[in-house]
Amino acid sequence: MIKATNLVKKFKDFVAVDDISLKVNKGEILAFLGPNGAGKTTTIKMFTTLLHPTSGEILINNADPVKNSDAVRRSFGIIFQDPSLDEELTAYENMEIHAVLYGVKKTLRKQRIEHLLKFVELWDRKDELVKKFSGGMKRRLEIARGLTHHPQILFLDEPTLGLDPQTRNHIWEYIKKLNKEEKMTVFFSTHYMEEAERVADRIIIIDHGKIVGEGTATELKNQTKTDNLEDAFLALTGRTIRDEDATGMDRLRAARRHWRH
Amino acid sequence: MSAIYILWLRQIKRYLRSKARIVGSLGQPLLFFAALGFGFGPIYEKAGGGNYLEFLAPGIIAMSIMFTAVFSGIEMIWDRQFGFLKETFVAPVSRLRIVIGRTLGGATVAMLQGIVVLILTTIAGFRLDNYWALPLALLMMFIVALLFTALGTCIGSVLEDMQGFQLISNFLIMPIFFLSGALFPLQGLPKAMTIIASADPLAYGVDAMRYFLTGSIHFGLVLDLSILFTITAILLAFSSYLFSKIEM
Repeated sequence: MIKATNLVKKFKDFVAVDDISLKVNKGEILAFLGPNGAGKTTTIKMFTTLLHPTSGEILINNADPVKNSDAVRRSFGIIFQDPSLDEELTAYENMEIHAVLYGVKKTLRKQRIEHLLKFVELWDRKDELVKKFSGGMKRRLEIARGLTHHPQILFLDEPTLGLDPQTRNHIWEYIKKLNKEEKMTVFFSTHYMEEAERVADRIIIIDHGKIVGEGTATELKNQTKTDNLEDAFLALTGRTIRDEDATGMDRLRAARRHWRH
Repeated sequence: MSAIYILWLRQIKRYLRSKARIVGSLGQPLLFFAALGFGFGPIYEKAGGGNYLEFLAPGIIAMSIMFTAVFSGIEMIWDRQFGFLKETFVAPVSRLRIVIGRTLGGATVAMLQGIVVLILTTIAGFRLDNYWALPLALLMMFIVALLFTALGTCIGSVLEDMQGFQLISNFLIMPIFFLSGALFPLQGLPKAMTIIASADPLAYGVDAMRYFLTGSIHFGLVLDLSILFTITAILLAFSSYLFSKIEM
């Protein structure tokens, strides 16, 4: 379902993704782990047509994201790390725009939006503006939105950041259900080790743009002779704390926060 | 329902909901109209220029359209920050259709703003020369809206954050407005000013609007229309190109 061969992404002199190759089968749930700045988001952006690789090849559902971006875009859904909702619109309108952009038929549209909003328990607030929602509610709405077009592959970039255990559990139950019933392939990044261990069929760990570990949670623990995944992760990636450089976008966010308060 | 329509509708909804923005952006044109119109009116009339309110109104309408339109385009920076742009970029919709939807939406909003200002200037004493020419005046307003939304989209595509906004405002938007002949007649100006004004796209927009609203014209309709259509087409093409090059 997902196949990358010798994938490289350079930003000027900085090599964000350094020659990685990986494969995810249909119906598999894969956890993509790594410290901050390891190249997780860059890799996901290349898989989802937002960035072009410097070199190497990607196939998503047998299509190339660079040459055949529309076919690729139709086959996946994505829950981004940062929010991507229109806060001046209502929850329902956000769902509707998504459904129209993905060409979901009108009759099906209403039914699916209702079903998904009820599932994330936002149906009774569907006509409220998103800017009035709490962080957790926005997250739930984004997850519901990403599922509206029934994607074959679901990418999630740290989807449960800032959610309470109840919500996290609820959402993963639903994703696992879709994974079983519809054979939906799931590719997610997370910093929660117990989440990776509990949900994923297989784990890939990257650091400094390279794959440093791959296998089931048990295999990784055996390889590193540790008794939990967190220790295995630290054994593979070291204990230094990583910082990411502030981008123009981070500065803008800070300015915006300043304006609002 | 198509992607272009839903993205257009989104801009309209956002505009109609932001009451503060509507009221706020009417303040400036009304202040200009009242202060300059009633302030300079008597001198203008004494100098033999005729009714200044009548001369000024099309200029003020053009101003509010231009400011709203450029801002709609630049507003894309917020969409980038709030991530909504990314949401549209991963959808199976071409960048061209996204930029068409956005530009039509921005231009419609600017046009609505222009209509509100037209109504308000009428209340303040402005009289249309010929009611039959109103549809053509509205068409001119829409072309001006389209031209400047495309310009705003060009700027929004290359600016990464709002820090450059002040620069753009002071060195591009304000000069375009003040040198366009929106506030004063272009006849008998110093040579340098004449040259600058004739390189200002808004000058032709104001001129064409003034013709259909009040009957007076400076450059001539053929020149106005050919320049407006050409520049609008170029900016639309250029903004689509820049928009397609945005990387997240």
